[in-house]
Amino acid sequence: MEQKDWPLWEVFIRSKQGLDHKHAGSLHAADAAMAIENARDVYTRRMEGVSIWVVESKNIHASNPDDAASFYEPANDKAYRHPTFYHLPDEVKHI
Amino acid sequence: MRDNIYNYVLQLADNSLIMGHRLSEWTGHGPVLEQDIAITNIALDLVGQSRYFYQHAALLKDDGSTEDSLAYLRDANEFKNILLVELPNGDWAKTILKIFFFSSYQYFFYKELIHSLDKQLSAIAEKSLKEVTYHLRWSSEWVIRLGDGTDESHLRMMNALDELWNFTGEMFIAADYELQAANDKIGVDISLLKDDWNKKVEAVFAEATLVVPETKWMQSGGKAGIHTEHLGYILTEMQFLQRAYPDCEW
Repeated sequence: MEQKDWPLWEVFIRSKQGLDHKHAGSLHAADAAMAIENARDVYTRRMEGVSIWVVESKNIHASNPDDAASFYEPANDKAYRHPTFYHLPDEVKHI
Repeated sequence: MRDNIYNYVLQLADNSLIMGHRLSEWTGHGPVLEQDIAITNIALDLVGQSRYFYQHAALLKDDGSTEDSLAYLRDANEFKNILLVELPNGDWAKTILKIFFFSSYQYFFYKELIHSLDKQLSAIAEKSLKEVTYHLRWSSEWVIRLGDGTDESHLRMMNALDELWNFTGEMFIAADYELQAANDKIGVDISLLKDDWNKKVEAVFAEATLVVPETKWMQSGGKAGIHTEHLGYILTEMQFLQRAYPDCEW
């Protein structure tokens, strides 16, 4: 069993205060069970988390940086999509 | 009675320290980075446990002893750890099996020690049990992986079993100070842990396609200060600084 045979996994950790799992980094492991244990040992040594997700890196599909112009720039001049034109009543909290 | 509790606590401290120190030898040498960190975490947990026990023992002794003097200034025949923890790490299989045997023992032991009438011991047990639960889970996974893995990993586990099995019996043979501590409800009646331990080992071995050896003859001596040659080498390295530069601070 050599390291080159162990697939790469992406690790997502949810912190105590956090609502969502955030990408923490990646590691090698033979399977999902080992990946979760490795994540516990590598990424939660300083009380970083209360929940761990792992996913094999090959299962993540990413957008292509070359598409940036067509993907994101069209949103630049569409300020009306931001909810900044509404007047909120003072009584409304937590928004 | 105070002397007896002192010896009892010292034995717990020595077990954790020597086991932890042995495992720390893997730091920087683990088979992969992730497992290097895992085993170093375990070593740190054990050294941390030993500190709590040494601090408690030093208070009981009340003669100027400190956690440092107990760890660094006693000779091999004053150490009471079981022989299993001082054995060389060998390969990954042997180290894994050693952690599995020891952490399954500690797991059942701490579960009982929580009920100690000594509040300090009870508190240490409660904290340590959480750590040991993970050590047991981690090492069980690896015993199964290696035992039920490739031909080579299975063979290495069999070899490790041959080398270690005779050292497991000592965990359940009580020294005088352990019997006394159990009677006083300070300590644990370790003879009662053997069934649970055996069941755990059998369950994990069944999954790992390993067979529990028939051998009944067991090594012992550590609890009375009679050690293998290996302990001397550990202490030589571990105690070097305090021996060469007494009371050195940095």
